Amino acid sequence: MKIQRYLLIVIPYLWLLALFLVPFAIIFKISLSDIAISIPPYTPTFDWSDGFAGLSALISEFDFENFIFLTDDDLYWKAYLSSVQIAAIATFFTLLIGYPIAYAIANMPDQWRPTLIMLIILPFWTSFLIRVYAWIGILGQEGFLNQFLIWLGIIDAPLVILNTNIAVYIGIVYTYLPFMILPIYSTLEKMDGSLLEAAQDLGCSRFEGFWLVTWPLSRPGIIAGCFLVFIPTLGEFVIPSLLGGSNTLMIGKVLWEEFFSNRDWPVASAVAIILLLILIIPIILFQRNEQRLREQQGE
Amino acid sequence: MNTIEQYIASSPWDDPAETPFISFKNVTKRFGSFTAVNNIDLNIYKGEFFALLGPSGCGKTTLMRMLGGFENLSEGTIKIDGQDMAGIPPNKRPVNMMFQSYALFPHLTVEENIAFGLQRDKLPKADIAARVDEMINLVQLNKFAKRKPHQISGGQKQRVALARSLAKAPKLLLLDEPLGALDKKLRQETQFELMDIQEKLGTTFVIVTHDQEEAMTVASRVALMDQGQFVQIDTPSNIYEMPQSSYVADFIGDINLINGAVKSKNDENGTVSVNWAESQLPITGATHQTLASDQKCVFAIRPEKISLSKTEPDNIANKFKGKILDIAYLGNMSTYNIELASGHLLKSQIANSRRLSKREFTWNDEVWVSWTETAGLVLDK
Repeated sequence: MKIQRYLLIVIPYLWLLALFLVPFAIIFKISLSDIAISIPPYTPTFDWSDGFAGLSALISEFDFENFIFLTDDDLYWKAYLSSVQIAAIATFFTLLIGYPIAYAIANMPDQWRPTLIMLIILPFWTSFLIRVYAWIGILGQEGFLNQFLIWLGIIDAPLVILNTNIAVYIGIVYTYLPFMILPIYSTLEKMDGSLLEAAQDLGCSRFEGFWLVTWPLSRPGIIAGCFLVFIPTLGEFVIPSLLGGSNTLMIGKVLWEEFFSNRDWPVASAVAIILLLILIIPIILFQRNEQRLREQQGE
Repeated sequence: MNTIEQYIASSPWDDPAETPFISFKNVTKRFGSFTAVNNIDLNIYKGEFFALLGPSGCGKTTLMRMLGGFENLSEGTIKIDGQDMAGIPPNKRPVNMMFQSYALFPHLTVEENIAFGLQRDKLPKADIAARVDEMINLVQLNKFAKRKPHQISGGQKQRVALARSLAKAPKLLLLDEPLGALDKKLRQETQFELMDIQEKLGTTFVIVTHDQEEAMTVASRVALMDQGQFVQIDTPSNIYEMPQSSYVADFIGDINLINGAVKSKNDENGTVSVNWAESQLPITGATHQTLASDQKCVFAIRPEKISLSKTEPDNIANKFKGKILDIAYLGNMSTYNIELASGHLLKSQIANSRRLSKREFTWNDEVWVSWTETAGLVLDK
């Protein structure tokens, strides 16, 4: 009985150990190493045959040089900062567009809701890469959007959207919109309709009722949605590299370049470790929000 | 305060010269092809505790929601305090409602819930605080003022909901099945509390309930509804003692109903004799209806008005022989199911004024059932 219970707990921990802690430890080890022209491209490496002596020799060669390097070159902290900024702005726009959609779906007649939610999820059935590539075709100089606007006569010359930060925002908002809509929808959909009637009964106009009752009650969904968009956006690599321009600075892109262009694994690993540390803060906040939500529902 | 009580005690509904506080005129409400409320007229007077009673789906909740402004009328007019309510949204009506689900705001504390309506009126902060305190004292929730709704019990939630709906001192308070979620004991206590509060404040209360006992306990008048129309509007005692149809008689309390036909009328005291079974003496009962001879009718009598005796009773209009089939012991009283020689079943309720061991009757005893000539009612079918 007791063993079964431990087994049950051990499985998720094994999962976490194998797929998070071990890779993290390896990356951390590489980040403390030095670049070398060899395979693998860093030194020192650990030879199992040397045993304990080899391990201590290995540790003695570790240093924080790469982390110090990150603070020397302003490219890195600018990339971190710019990533946070882009992620925050994109999250804000996702909320701005996602909330009304979630609100509208939650207020639809019952028989329509599953279909509409299906439509929100449907794009996931196509490859993420293909969908981002499709935006190149839409946003380019000769793209559909420019052709359409010129045909309408709104503009004379094509707008430069592709390879700018605007294209990155459009790509992020488009890609992550469902992650914003679904948690907000689920809080709105659970809301008791008589609460709004009670608010009206006590003297609220429709707008006041929304602002004083619906909005605060959907806050857990808003917070969850914002984190679900913000966290993956912060390390996003595909969207800025496909839609962004040369001056779009995001840490995911820097990371990729360090690994594949510079082949500097130790610095790339250091960048990844710092990114993880930055991400841990919003992830912990997100978990606490979820916890609170569960407690509230478990009344 | 006393004047409101005196006013209600004077039965203003019997006086056509009185102006009603709420009036419904030819009110109809349809949902698609379904008619929830069908051409209703109703007057409710100031300070009344008016109960809308009926089975679920009878239109009582719709009627109340129209008063609150949550449903538009299909036809007709509703006036509150002389003002036509057409097109006036809920937030502009002098009405507050206590919702069946209580509808407490889960993100606000007890205090904030009660203050919610007052803050909408943009009252000064000190006035709001004073009023909230007063309300919290009224419903005795001082200890729970800072708690959130999910941290208090069902009974406490119900009192918060009541306090919140009373905080704005509405002219009219609507209560939608307010005590449905409470257990019996708490419900009874709360019913008396409600009546106390109503007497203290003199507010007009309209309560919707499907619980006839609740309606009887709290209300000054009860309107019994069925299929979107009123079946009878009367004081609790009249509705119990003088139901106008067998539907009302059957809905309110326990009753024995026996089908029969009018045999003769006794003009002297207004009683009617009813043929009800072959080779049995007719039953005599009172009536407030005009009945023709040989007309089909129902004889209705409450179980507590039927006496049991071991020997044949003297000087009583109705007496029949029967056999006790079962006895249900309810503590304060017992219900006896008696089969008459004709095969009819009658229920008789006798107060248990003696200890159980001293009980006179037991299963399968031959007994006499009897009642006076005015104990039962003859109603047309």
